[in-house]
Amino acid sequence: MYKLLLCWRYLRTRWIALASIVSVTLGVATMIVVNAVMAGFSYEMQTRIHGILSDLVFESHSLSGFQDPQWHMDEIKRAAGDDIVGMTPTVAVPAMLNFQVRGQWITRQIMLIGIDAGTHAHVSDFGRYLQHPANRGQLSFGLRDGGYDTVDSQSDATVPTRPALEGAGWPHRRMRVERERVWREKLDADRRAGEGAEAAAAEPSRSVDQQVDAVLAATTAEASPLAAEAGADPAAPPATADPFRQARPEEGTRMDPANEQFTGIVPGIGLASFRDNAGTDRFLVLPGDDVKITFPTSGTPPKAVSDTFTVVDFYESKMSEYDSNFVFVPIAALQRMRGMIDPQSGLASVNSIQIKLREGADLDRVRDTLRKVFPADLYAVSTWRDKQGPLLAAVDMEMSVLNILLFLIIAVAGFGILAIFFMIVVEKTRDIGILKSLGASASGIGGIFLGYGLFLGIVGAGAGLALGLSIAWNINTIRAGVEWCTGERVFDPSIYYFYRIPSIVHPFTVLWIIVGAVGIAVGSSVLPALRAARLHPVEALRHD
Amino acid sequence: MTETPPAILRVRDLRKNYRSGETTLEVLRGVDFDLAAGEFVSIVGQSGSGKSTLLHLMGLLDAADSGSVELDGTQIDGLSSARRDRLRNTAVGMVFQSYHLLPELDALENVLAPLMVRHGVLEWLRVRREARDAARALLDRFGLGGRLRHKPRQLSGGEMQRVAIARALVTRPRVLLADEPTGNLDEATGAGILDTLCELNHADGLSIVLVTHDAAVARRADRIVRLAAGRVDHAPQALDQSAHAGQAARRKAG
Repeated sequence: MYKLLLCWRYLRTRWIALASIVSVTLGVATMIVVNAVMAGFSYEMQTRIHGILSDLVFESHSLSGFQDPQWHMDEIKRAAGDDIVGMTPTVAVPAMLNFQVRGQWITRQIMLIGIDAGTHAHVSDFGRYLQHPANRGQLSFGLRDGGYDTVDSQSDATVPTRPALEGAGWPHRRMRVERERVWREKLDADRRAGEGAEAAAAEPSRSVDQQVDAVLAATTAEASPLAAEAGADPAAPPATADPFRQARPEEGTRMDPANEQFTGIVPGIGLASFRDNAGTDRFLVLPGDDVKITFPTSGTPPKAVSDTFTVVDFYESKMSEYDSNFVFVPIAALQRMRGMIDPQSGLASVNSIQIKLREGADLDRVRDTLRKVFPADLYAVSTWRDKQGPLLAAVDMEMSVLNILLFLIIAVAGFGILAIFFMIVVEKTRDIGILKSLGASASGIGGIFLGYGLFLGIVGAGAGLALGLSIAWNINTIRAGVEWCTGERVFDPSIYYFYRIPSIVHPFTVLWIIVGAVGIAVGSSVLPALRAARLHPVEALRHD
Repeated sequence: MTETPPAILRVRDLRKNYRSGETTLEVLRGVDFDLAAGEFVSIVGQSGSGKSTLLHLMGLLDAADSGSVELDGTQIDGLSSARRDRLRNTAVGMVFQSYHLLPELDALENVLAPLMVRHGVLEWLRVRREARDAARALLDRFGLGGRLRHKPRQLSGGEMQRVAIARALVTRPRVLLADEPTGNLDEATGAGILDTLCELNHADGLSIVLVTHDAAVARRADRIVRLAAGRVDHAPQALDQSAHAGQAARRKAG
């Protein structure tokens, strides 16, 4: 009983010891905050990666892919049917995206991914990352009649950061077509009105905008089938000399760009926009605009072919490497354009099948099952973790290294406790002698100091827990406060994937931190406690 | 001498050396000493004569090099440390020159300290009320009833020493060992403490060993044992001693 009483009294009367555990408090708080934020980042990143990739990816090694995805899907279902809740075939090829901005052609290297609009959203979070609310429900490669989000649906922003998306879609397309038409009529009128001098005289008076519009109109008109194939007879039989005539049956008919579109594509938002200093997204291309994509055909060696597409939506996973790399097209269109459909059998090829497993299924086990069924020299089966293995491993390693470093801080605090406890033992030598003369055992005396260390550890870790949790839970408020005070952005969302600092407190991690901190406090009071226990009562009593 | 009551403490040929480096200091060189039940004995001697060491050995605070200490006929030196701790807590009460109260605890808690040492937490909850009553009664008896919640630094020397005596007595020890209990006190206060000890000896029959270098203090006891150079000095006081012993025995008998 005396042990408890004395521990309690020492705790209340020795403030110097409390000072020594401030470092424990700070260490614990830091560890909790850092772990929460790191876990948050890790979780967000995994969610994004997982959201883009399905649980399992079944793919061929070659760019030409394998034939008859349906047969493969049936086989997969037979091998691991119980765990599979959804499958969708995809075709992924490297390609080049070309679009025109202010008269300049911009080319971007992309990954062109053919997806099945009906089923793709069922195997991954793909749908969640689209900018049109209706597309988030069910993707359509048809251009929407406006209604695109001007506020990022994944952020907590209240002010529109994407004013440009207002009016995107058909209104934007019609306006553009109308502007081109008006301009072309004006040009025609000018040409008819007279050659040379007058036109040349009028030239300099044009504003830059008009010039740009002129160039835009000219190039788009050239690119559009309306101009290119206006003269073609829709009833004429497909020219066998032109392989693409067959591949693009919709061409060759008169097209009205104000009411019709090319094949729809969904590019990553990073390909089409950039963020200015004010935090507003500026778009180079809007839904409704046409772009050109150059991609390799199937077969060896592949040939590069180009086609025109209409942007119908944007994809924003907030993983910049995906957002600035992926362009989604309807799989059927891509198979046709690449010549992936066997003319004899009519069977299409794909180069991967995305598989979604039921909740809680063991990814690695299903992967291994499929690997047994399908020969490894023809097919690769990997989980999304395998695909992003190095990245995930790097984050894990970062986290463990950080934890080790931070734990060293608490260990340093342990040495502080050790020193202060030795001091207290010396100061309390006479009291120790008194207690021994009253019959206290050596272990009892040691117990006082161990208990004291335990109390201090609990107090320090408890305070650290409170501090750490309150910071971890309010980290975005704190960030806002710091930003308000310093006037600088502490957490720039254009650098990271997220608008707010993610923070996830894992109770188990917190428990380990607390146990570790208390353990260090107790551990560092062992030596002083031993010293106290071994004091000779007579000498201790004589101590002044 | 056959009517002498049985000895509570019996010390035989007790030797104790202190070593510091090369030199060995012989503090006790074969001390024989008996304490009868209900006896009040003073041990006097000059500084360094070994009287405090003898007291520490009898109080189990230190271990002798040779010889024996028996308490109620049981040899107590050489026991396991757990048994020694137990005996120190139950059989022996000690009072020191500089009071040796725990500064963090108030008067009542200081008195309760040995009982807290004796009992674990759960046990303590059971015996707490009883222990408190006993401690309060003792403090009341020593005129400290109004100072239960005072910390040692708020008490005078005499009060602190009385708290210390109460602490020594709360365990109902077989013997009270007092090491210069009046050494830090002025004459009047010291006399008050001695009165208390005498009263305990007379009224409760408490066996007391009092160590002092002050002859006037020593004379309050039934018997005086002189220590000189680590041995009991029998020569001039031998008659005196037996007379006192006889007195004590008569008083107990009557």
